[in-house]
Amino acid sequence: MLSLLWLVPILPLVGFAILAVTAGQLARKAVSVIAVGAVSLSALIAIGITVAYTITAPAGTVYSQTLWQWMRVGNFAPAVALHLDALSMTMMVVVAFVSALIHIYSTGFMADDTGYSRFFAYMNLFVGAMLTLVLADNLLLLYLGWEGVGLCSYLLIGFWYRDPDNVRAALKAFFVTRIGDTAFAIGIFLLFTSLGTLNIPAVLDEISTYAPGSTLPTAAAALLLVGAMAKSAQLPLQTWLPDAMAGPTPVSALIHAATMVTAGVYLIARMHTLFVMAPAVLLAVAIIGAVTQLVASFSALTQYDIKRILAYSTISQIGYMFLALGVGAWAAAIYHFGTHAFFKAALFLGAGVVIKMLDEEHDIFKMGGLRHRYPLTFWAFLFAALTLAAVPPLTITFNSKDLILNQAFLSKGGRGLWILGLIGTFLTAAYTFRMVFVVFFGPAQSRPEKTPARSMVAPFVVLAFLGAIAGIPELLTAIFGSQNLSSFLRSALPGPTRDFPSADGPWLFQLIYVATALAGIAVAYLLYERAPQYTRSVVSTSVGSWLHRWWFADWGFDWLYQKLFVGPYVVLARINRNDVVDLFYKGLALISRVINGLLSSTVNGNVRWYVAAVAGGAVIVVGLVVIL
Amino acid sequence: MATIPVETGFIIAGLLFLLGLIGVLVRRNIIYILLAIEIMLNAAGLAFVVAGAHWEQPDGQVMYFFVLTMAAAEVAVGLSLVLQMYHKFNTLDANLINRMRG
Repeated sequence: MLSLLWLVPILPLVGFAILAVTAGQLARKAVSVIAVGAVSLSALIAIGITVAYTITAPAGTVYSQTLWQWMRVGNFAPAVALHLDALSMTMMVVVAFVSALIHIYSTGFMADDTGYSRFFAYMNLFVGAMLTLVLADNLLLLYLGWEGVGLCSYLLIGFWYRDPDNVRAALKAFFVTRIGDTAFAIGIFLLFTSLGTLNIPAVLDEISTYAPGSTLPTAAAALLLVGAMAKSAQLPLQTWLPDAMAGPTPVSALIHAATMVTAGVYLIARMHTLFVMAPAVLLAVAIIGAVTQLVASFSALTQYDIKRILAYSTISQIGYMFLALGVGAWAAAIYHFGTHAFFKAALFLGAGVVIKMLDEEHDIFKMGGLRHRYPLTFWAFLFAALTLAAVPPLTITFNSKDLILNQAFLSKGGRGLWILGLIGTFLTAAYTFRMVFVVFFGPAQSRPEKTPARSMVAPFVVLAFLGAIAGIPELLTAIFGSQNLSSFLRSALPGPTRDFPSADGPWLFQLIYVATALAGIAVAYLLYERAPQYTRSVVSTSVGSWLHRWWFADWGFDWLYQKLFVGPYVVLARINRNDVVDLFYKGLALISRVINGLLSSTVNGNVRWYVAAVAGGAVIVVGLVVIL
Repeated sequence: MATIPVETGFIIAGLLFLLGLIGVLVRRNIIYILLAIEIMLNAAGLAFVVAGAHWEQPDGQVMYFFVLTMAAAEVAVGLSLVLQMYHKFNTLDANLINRMRG
């Protein structure tokens, strides 16, 4: 079974190739069969591999498969090889499975779209690139996948390219992530010139011989961190993700919530030995994560576009993952990635159903009272929201964020980060249930009846359900102390194991987290369901409205970047409108044109004139010979 | 038989060549231009012969035969072209047949 590993990334790429070559000539049914079939088959194989790996292979086993030698230039010889361990396997199966469900959902969501085949071609390419990224065994192949998902993200954000705003959002996402990609590429160059290899296990082996905190690991880790920050929309490069919601909702669910944006988390987890060698950078990771989740939560509180709320929520949850990585809790970060992929994708798909049913209405305050009309959607959305807010026992997956907070609390000097995280927990519950109360409760508004397609509701419900129960393998430890997901992940990601000194510690802290989340829900209930006039009166005060505008505008980051980078660049471009360098080439062209005019006036078709020219030339040549 | 000095031979050849060139330049009728080219060819042939006589080598006269052959071929091609031109343009004036300019 394990030898089928190569099929997992290849199948979606084959689907892409077929759809790209046929260029929209296929019938919709055929497109659906090819696209969904390729990704589903890939997901089935991924699940099979997961089962085979967990049953047969002892913990810590690495299965690698070399497909072919990519190139050989001097001692630079990267192979196209796949690397399967607990980390990449978890990522692979989550990515493949969520992708398959979202592909099924897309057949319903995009059913009336003219770009049906193009959409699925991009989606298949994305899945192929993402799986390549996850399974790559050297940094170059990882970078190929990294750029591939970035390209697909750009193409799919600007999928409805007739609207200039969508194109602008796509370009913004592309440019901002490009900053990170450039840093990442420089980091790869640095590692190669210093270590002479790009094979990830080899790089990690080599790097662990350096002294912790020495220049090379610190520089390389910092460069990789910039790449991860841009891809995962962490402060201060988070501005592209809310705008990326311009793409179709399945794209937001798959690329901008479940998979691609967590590539940065995966990169840091994959290169964790390198980051351990750079304690300063690791501390930066933790601080960036903690601050990002707080900043994004505040922004999420003020948004009224349902997809933007979810986008800020994604930024904030990835902030938690960064916090976990920063305190060395690799397994907790990946565990949170897995649960987040399910419940956040479910939330996006639910938002997609609602948006589709209300004729592209994004404003939550124009929805209201949808609980009775779409009960199934409501319940699934509610469970996904409960999972995000982490409220046991209504959801079993309540402890992924709590594990991160525990690790932050127990790490050295992590109390401050823990407090930030705890505030974030409160805010997460508050903004999530603000959305739930406003969208599904309150007075219903009269709208034409519509029924969501079954192909849309089914994947959404499955994802919400899986999100709610994804915590089971982790809970087994809390109860029985047996093998669990974290210890499985730890076989590939050895990190410090920190436990509370007393056995009551986990329960006490769990109680704090649940109480915080419940308080957040209560506040949301009070302010948006019971007494919305309080909200209005708070916002109408001068401080309130100022804060609201500040948070609504993403803390002014866009404004700042507009002033700092875009504005000066535009001014420079305007000054240099007649390109200085072009003057030289324009001069060359002018001289050529003058000479051409002179010479072509001599070609006048008069034979005797030609003869005279030849004779005159001969006289001159002979004369020169004689004189010289 | 009194030998003609080599300078005289070359001067005559040069004068002939110049006459031919002037003919090519000033004449407008293509037939006359061809005639003038014949004169220039013969001037060159004369120069060969004079040079051959001066160094007492047969090469000059051999070269003259080549020039003669080439001139015959040139006349054959040239006259047929002239015929074609006359058919096409109804004139032999080289100034009017200037459609290949530019």
